[in-house]
Amino acid sequence: MKMTKILVVFVYILFLILPIYWLLNMSFKTTNEILGGFSWYPQNFTLDSYKTIFTDPSWYNGYINSITYVLMNTVISVSFALPAAYAFSRYRFMGDKHLFFWLLSNRMAPPAVFVLPFVELYSAMNLFDTPLAVALAHCLFNVPLAVWILEGFMSGVPREVDETAYIDGYSFPHFFVKIFMPLIAAGIGVTAFFCFMFSWVEMLLAKNLTSVSAKPIVAIMTKTASTSGYELGLLAAAGALTIVPGAVVIWFVRKYIAKGFALGRV
Amino acid sequence: MVAKTVNQKAWFLVLPVLLVVAFNAIIPLMTVVNYSVQDTFSPGVFFFEGTKWYQEVLASPRFHGALGRQLLYTAIILIIEIPLGVAVALAMPRTGPWVSVCLVLMALPLLIPWNVVGAMWNIFALPDIGLLGFGLNWLGFDYNYTQQPLAAWFTVILMDVWHWTSLVVLLAYAGLSSIPDAYYQAAKIDGASRFAVFRYIQLPKMKRVLIIALLLRFMDSFMIYTEPFVLTGGGPGNSTTFLSIDLVKAAIGEFNLGIAASMSILYFLMTLLVCWVFYTLMMRGEEDT
Repeated sequence: MKMTKILVVFVYILFLILPIYWLLNMSFKTTNEILGGFSWYPQNFTLDSYKTIFTDPSWYNGYINSITYVLMNTVISVSFALPAAYAFSRYRFMGDKHLFFWLLSNRMAPPAVFVLPFVELYSAMNLFDTPLAVALAHCLFNVPLAVWILEGFMSGVPREVDETAYIDGYSFPHFFVKIFMPLIAAGIGVTAFFCFMFSWVEMLLAKNLTSVSAKPIVAIMTKTASTSGYELGLLAAAGALTIVPGAVVIWFVRKYIAKGFALGRV
Repeated sequence: MVAKTVNQKAWFLVLPVLLVVAFNAIIPLMTVVNYSVQDTFSPGVFFFEGTKWYQEVLASPRFHGALGRQLLYTAIILIIEIPLGVAVALAMPRTGPWVSVCLVLMALPLLIPWNVVGAMWNIFALPDIGLLGFGLNWLGFDYNYTQQPLAAWFTVILMDVWHWTSLVVLLAYAGLSSIPDAYYQAAKIDGASRFAVFRYIQLPKMKRVLIIALLLRFMDSFMIYTEPFVLTGGGPGNSTTFLSIDLVKAAIGEFNLGIAASMSILYFLMTLLVCWVFYTLMMRGEEDT
């Protein structure tokens, strides 16, 4: 019984790792070697693809652009969602349930539906091709998500805490920042993680809302794939590098991940 | 639980969120509605067309095809990923140093940009240089996902299982770890079978997270675009053209605004309906506990 369990987990993780290994494997090969045939590991180990990416601005700017809008989006989503989540977790007000469902329904809206109107809207606002446009567009699904997760964490804090603070003479903003936010620090961390994640992996909106100066790395990759034929080594290296930020972030929040999911609020 | 206090001023706390989401949701949605009932012959000149585009879309075999493939795809995804995710979660160690390692490794695919997932599988499944394609051919299967619709489907589904099963695992695992040890001890004393423990202790405790997993997997697979687009481009032929791919093709590729807009509205209404059903179920479940 014990052995079967270990085997199941082992085989599953192996299945997850194999395609990633294959990507890494290719990123250390030259394009010629990749096209030359099948091999389990690089015969002529090379870091050239990575060198190109780190020295060519058209490549590394893609990473800078991506990280810029992802961070902007995370900050906007979390800071806007905090007061709203507090309102949903503590008070009843007119239309609260409908509002909550409406917010959530935006998380469920297919981005494909929004591509065209978004391009027109942000062009009209002169925001087209800026990181801010992508950051704001990603708010469509990240803000509702942030409200949902934060509301779960906040509801876990007993209401007596609020009442005691008000009796002690704290004003609402003072109480919220000094007492309440430290109490749900883990929740804020988990929320930031999910906002980061969903903004980082999204590409349909990010690609279509930018053209030259704010192009995210994911869009640069598709372009390379189509225009300069098959620069497979470069493509693999660029892909491998996109895994890094996510892996770093997940390592930091690994203890809270299960907790965040435990609230069932993802 | 103490009843929440009624406070209409709470609206002010919600206002920023309301504004930013409304800006992103309502204006574009109105644009789409607008396009869906109009036609244009030259830029800036629009004619009201009523439900013409809707009738056209609803009658077109192309839309039926995409919708059918989409439903089939989502159904297969759910049938594979939910049980597999639960099985892996049950097999996970409950405590110890390996838990973190397993969780981090399992979460990795969730954090890879979607088009990189597509590109990664595109290479991984190539018959001549990819491990999967080469391996399958070596085993004697005639496999080439760029030419055989069946192989394309197999690859797209395997890719999604690879990409998203971990989400189900993480959710189910979180549900499982909320079960106190006392439950298992009581079951042991009663001499409950392994299946009885699963059926009467673990499954009820996982019910809520599983509904959420089902909802998320339904939604995300129903609006999937990037991964199959990068992997197969919707082909060979139209065999892996799902709703989103077809929609983007109509909107940006062919710039067929009326058709694309009315498709968008129908698509959005479908997701909204299913979402509402799940949400109601979920809220009911929450009131029970």
